Amino acid sequence: MDVSEVLLPGVGLRYEFTNHEGHLIGVVARRTGDFEVVVYGDDDSDEAWPVFRLNEEEAETLAQILGAPRIAERFADLTREVPGLESGRVELPAGSVYADRPLGHTRARTRTGASVVAIVRGEEVIASPGPQEVLRAGDVLVVIGTDRGITDVVRLLRG
Amino acid sequence: MHVSAALLLELGLILVALSVLGAMARRLTLSPVPLYLLTGLALGEGSALPVPAAGEFLRVGASIGIVLLLLALGLEFSIGEFTASMRRHVPSAVVDLVLNAVPGAVAGWLLGLDGVGVLALAGATYISSSGIIARLLGDLRRLANRESPAVLSVLVLEDFAMAAYLPVLAVLVSGGTWWQAGLGVLVALGAVLAAFATSYRWGHHVGRLVAHPDDEQLMLRLLGITLVVAALAEYIHASAAVGAFLVGLTVTGQTAERAGAVIASLRDLFAAVFFVAIGLSVDAGELPPVLPAAALLAVVTGATKVVTGRYAASRDGVGARARARAGAALIARGEFSIVIVGLAAAGHPVLAPLVAAYVFILAIAGPLITRFTGTRRVDALRGGGARPSR
Repeated sequence: MDVSEVLLPGVGLRYEFTNHEGHLIGVVARRTGDFEVVVYGDDDSDEAWPVFRLNEEEAETLAQILGAPRIAERFADLTREVPGLESGRVELPAGSVYADRPLGHTRARTRTGASVVAIVRGEEVIASPGPQEVLRAGDVLVVIGTDRGITDVVRLLRG
Repeated sequence: MHVSAALLLELGLILVALSVLGAMARRLTLSPVPLYLLTGLALGEGSALPVPAAGEFLRVGASIGIVLLLLALGLEFSIGEFTASMRRHVPSAVVDLVLNAVPGAVAGWLLGLDGVGVLALAGATYISSSGIIARLLGDLRRLANRESPAVLSVLVLEDFAMAAYLPVLAVLVSGGTWWQAGLGVLVALGAVLAAFATSYRWGHHVGRLVAHPDDEQLMLRLLGITLVVAALAEYIHASAAVGAFLVGLTVTGQTAERAGAVIASLRDLFAAVFFVAIGLSVDAGELPPVLPAAALLAVVTGATKVVTGRYAASRDGVGARARARAGAALIARGEFSIVIVGLAAAGHPVLAPLVAAYVFILAIAGPLITRFTGTRRVDALRGGGARPSR
């Protein structure tokens, strides 16, 4: 799905996308952490119709309800501070040898230099998991490291 | 310790009055700035409500207010947003500068001001109030509109222009021979460039100097450094405001965001004090003679801002109604016109009452016109959400 991003200087960002019903939906993410959700009319798409506003906590809750954990985004803020550091989300494929085995068995940190900082399992988020944390197929691992390191983790988990 | 009951009482009553007036203004989605000016005017010498004890505090507070206003402006400034705005809206910025600075300059010339006075008035009519406008767009729920990026880009570019303009003005105000002034201007511009380069290349190192997980530490460090730099800038006749702006510029990223949040309430308090002090410095008797000039200037530069906004929005390819909204949004003038007067008022007695009246008119008219321009959302007047008619 295409999400376009427009800079609002001094205020934040505006995201917009068209949903399956053809409604053009906009989200203003303000620097303050507040969000504003709008829809654009059919006849004059320049003017937004405000739907509702959310503060940071409410947006977090809504995001969790919608099942799209925003944890990777929060790490993205961190990676912006350190040049060369990236964050990525890696899904554990169904046929992986590490499914139903503890995280420690992957030895991901030693072998790739990248760290698994969270595991997203359905609607649950396990922040900074220990080596004994058992992985399940379909888990999404939030990984922080170099670009190379993250690619290596993807390759590792596939095996 | 001796406690001056008179000072506390006067100050308390002033703050209570400001809060009541501010709440009234906010209810109508208006800026409280004009009401703060009016409060100052009502408290001035020869008025019915003199404030002998609080006067000294207001004067000291005003100079901290101007420093904090500029510090906050610098903190909010982001190189990334600036370059993004540059990419699209350089022609808009040129149109903005020509259309809005020239009427002020002409008015200054007709009023018989000297070169510095002309420059100050040109600046005062040029700079829209990013504070009033950004808040207004949020309050009217217009941030998501397609014309808003153009409006906000123009504001960012104006703020950048202020970075070059304020030090030049400050140096010229302090006088001296032409070569002293010229040298001062070069030094001031050099300092601004150095600050930009620093913030671009070593921003996070400077950030580390002030950064601290404890908010209290962060505030003390930031304020301490800012006031010292502001004092140094004042000492070399480059204006404390400019020094504070430079400090704000060099702090970037998350430290800047946190710092902005930490000083926000302090800035609001002292900025209010600054606006009151400007009102206080104007003698009510000086106002009637300058009113016609201020009103005429307001009408002309209101119209030129509308043209500017329409032009900027048309570059983003939006429709007629959106262009009208962008034009109206830019009308409001506010804090920075007053800051300019704060710098240049000393040698030009006509400037303070003229610009105070001018800002008073446009800070009220701008938001009102914006509210009723180019919208189909009738219930926007109640500030509530609406549904598209489909």
